[in-house]
Amino acid sequence: MLISNDSRLSFEKSRPGRRGALLPTDRLTQSKLPQNLKRVTPLAFPEISEPEAMRHFVNLSRKNFSIDTHFYPLGSCTMKYNPKVNEWAARHRKFASLHPLQPVSTVQGMLRTMVELEEGLMTIAGMDRFTLQPAAGAHGELTGLMIVHAYHKARGDNHRRKVLVPDSSHGTNPATAALVGYEVVQMKSNERGRLSVAELEKHLDDNVACLMLTNPNTLGLFEEDILEVAKRVHAKGGLLYYDGANLNALLGLARPGDMGFDIVHINLHKTFSTPHGGGGPGSGPVGVKKHLIPFLPHPLVEKKGDSYIFSEKSPQSIGRVKAFHGNAGTLLRAFVYLRSLGLEGIKKTGRDAVLNANYVRVKLRDSFKPAVDEPCMHEFVLTLKPEQAAQHLHASDIGKRLLDYGFHAPTVHFPLVVPDSIMIEPTESESLETLDNFIAAMKDIADEITNEPDKVRLAPHHLPIRRPNEVLAARKPILTYKDYLRENAPAEPVVLAK
Amino acid sequence: MQYHPITAEDEAKILEAAGVASFDDLVKGIPASLRNPKINLPAGMNEMDVQNLIRSFGTKNQSTKTVSSFLGAGSYEHFVPSVVFEILARSEFLTAYTPYQPEASQGTLQAVFEYQSLIAELTGLDVSNASHYDGATSLAEACILAARHTGKSRIVAASSLHPDYREVLETYLLSASFQLDSFAYQANLSFDRAALLKSLTDDTAAVVIQTPNYFGIVEDLTGLADELHARGILLILAANPISMGVLKTPGEWGADIAVGEGQPLGVPMSYGGPYLGYFAVTKELMRKIPGRIAGLTEDSNGNRAFVLTLQAREQHIRREKAMSNICTNQALIALAATVYMTLMGKAGMREVSEINLDRAAYLREQISKIKGFRVDLTQPIFNEFVVTSDKPFSEIEATMLKKGFFVGVPLEKHFPQLKNSFLVCATETKSKENLDAFVEALKTC
Repeated sequence: MLISNDSRLSFEKSRPGRRGALLPTDRLTQSKLPQNLKRVTPLAFPEISEPEAMRHFVNLSRKNFSIDTHFYPLGSCTMKYNPKVNEWAARHRKFASLHPLQPVSTVQGMLRTMVELEEGLMTIAGMDRFTLQPAAGAHGELTGLMIVHAYHKARGDNHRRKVLVPDSSHGTNPATAALVGYEVVQMKSNERGRLSVAELEKHLDDNVACLMLTNPNTLGLFEEDILEVAKRVHAKGGLLYYDGANLNALLGLARPGDMGFDIVHINLHKTFSTPHGGGGPGSGPVGVKKHLIPFLPHPLVEKKGDSYIFSEKSPQSIGRVKAFHGNAGTLLRAFVYLRSLGLEGIKKTGRDAVLNANYVRVKLRDSFKPAVDEPCMHEFVLTLKPEQAAQHLHASDIGKRLLDYGFHAPTVHFPLVVPDSIMIEPTESESLETLDNFIAAMKDIADEITNEPDKVRLAPHHLPIRRPNEVLAARKPILTYKDYLRENAPAEPVVLAK
Repeated sequence: MQYHPITAEDEAKILEAAGVASFDDLVKGIPASLRNPKINLPAGMNEMDVQNLIRSFGTKNQSTKTVSSFLGAGSYEHFVPSVVFEILARSEFLTAYTPYQPEASQGTLQAVFEYQSLIAELTGLDVSNASHYDGATSLAEACILAARHTGKSRIVAASSLHPDYREVLETYLLSASFQLDSFAYQANLSFDRAALLKSLTDDTAAVVIQTPNYFGIVEDLTGLADELHARGILLILAANPISMGVLKTPGEWGADIAVGEGQPLGVPMSYGGPYLGYFAVTKELMRKIPGRIAGLTEDSNGNRAFVLTLQAREQHIRREKAMSNICTNQALIALAATVYMTLMGKAGMREVSEINLDRAAYLREQISKIKGFRVDLTQPIFNEFVVTSDKPFSEIEATMLKKGFFVGVPLEKHFPQLKNSFLVCATETKSKENLDAFVEALKTC
């Protein structure tokens, strides 16, 4: 078979005495470590040779979908192609082998990429300054809300306790607001999937610290009232936070800074093509308007004369949010992408993302039910028709069945405002031929729902595993090899009482 | 554009299918005043030119491949087997999404499960998450976990903590309205137990100690966990994972939470990131740990399968009631650590730990003999140690750089009392010849 069905753990392949790496054998001192500082428990690491380790991990890799092997129509995740020259640059020894605390004079090339990346983000988003420290989108959100908190505090505005989010927002928005101690107020989307000024007015008062908004929102719709929304929030003394998860749609087309947002974060692992790596690393630079620059984390990187330096800490800075200088290797990849694309490439990215999404949308609007039947930005949401739902299956089943067709599942059951939502974001990386194949698969599945619903309900049928028992996993957690050994230990022999 | 397959002809086809005359009709919901802003970006470049640009920027960097580096302080130069790079470059790992679809992500999920198993084994604790952003942020979230678990609001941290960690901790805790206090270290730079005990109050949730501490000193924590637990206080240790091959583990010290920087486990220094924060806890705290966790279960055919589990802790399920807001973590870097630990194996992990002890001890001894430099030979150290010079550090640094060395990390900025002192680090990458050359160069300063 093409894909190995070996699911043994490295621990289970271990044999005493095997080595996967050899190290220098000379010792220059007699170790005088006091006994009570020494590890007592023997280290039960696997013992396997290099060829076995290589095969182990390569075979594992083959049990994954990935962008280089499959199309991911994964809404709000922007799974675009990850250019290989980005990887080339990140592995370049002149960058990969830099220590974060080298003298600044010896890292001028690195700092220049950071400064120029920041300038690029500033002009694309319409903001006045960025911190590059946050390691991911949610980390950027946290940084942003800490800035909100510090800003109001500096103005003696300590009574503001509320953060407004629409009900279509990403889970990270309310989770972040709660982490900074804010009370989260959810606002209802209107029948066109958007935030209305009337709904905003119901919740807007001078206790509002901030409104967090994704635009286009998670239904793939541009928030058309954004200028009025911004005006009213500002009039009440609140700030506007832009969740940049969906920025890809707007590249070159419109800027959050022009819409009135005070703070934005950008997911470089979405919009700027750095690889997802199976769940990270990401990078979530945070941009602000002029009045919030003093609150940014320190240090910032800047150009002074002919050299690049770290700024001194501003007295109002929220402080550091990460050790050293952020995910520098990820920043470098994003810089390479930005320079590769240039202005025309950036514009074409946003445009093609919108074109591709609309193409798939119109081709599927009859096979499934559009959540909102109008032109979309970079993504759109479908749901089940009543007769489809009557077949006792869910959006997640359709996602699973797509895996059999060789496509990653769309984002399903999110946003929460649409029941059985299927959220599709093709990105600009996909050709019309790929989109046509995906559309054909979705239409086939629509037929199966009518004629052979079990095929969908029980999918996938052709992957390394069938559906896993998630209830069992949560009820009896086996989180390490040791847990597994304990669970599977032979039962204690029963000792009969004499 | 080589990354954009949509041609002018394709665009016409799409617009026709969508029933609109122009692209503008698709985006007319965007107010006209916002559309087509002026953006200042240079023209795009072909790959050859981009590579040349990066090379030219690279000439303005002096990397640790050409300058012999004795820098540590939270980022360490270690030998990384080639297999690690080969595996990390596999598209199927590199360009995969978060494993929310387990059937299409068994590779990532099993790797995460193995990572958790290795971290639990290494730290001597029960449960590990799938990784956090870095050492500093995992420490900050560990403190928030402790405060929420105990229902108390005050964290007490050793002053011998990495200054960046301390600053991140401050940022996180203050914004979440928790209190952060610190206790002193002794003249020999190990933590001051009396000062620690004196700083404890009824509202103290946890004590944070780094070991080896920022100055490289291996802390003796005998009996500390019991004393703290008796008062309902948790012990959080920030520890270097490479040291645990030979040093007493956080689990053995009785820690409730172990966090720290996973970079030493096979991750390039890469100017400070991407790294990974490891995060391990006792079984008692299992359902409060932030971030993703993989679990072992079976599929509907009864075959072994891996899934993300205990998701009721997470933001995408619980929104404002989640344990943390973390979503994206450092999965690929955790994979690097997994491959590294697997290759090192039982013997290699102990050996690499031993060599690091050995090289730092040797270098410290040699430097103690140089006139004009002082070191303390009495404390047990790992990886690094403090050197104090008679001359200003900047002078030493400049002279040594001219001779081809990054001499160390200055301490005075964060620890004003340690005037002209710096941290010197030696890992297994340094042979006796490298160390002796460094010592010879120092003698001329």
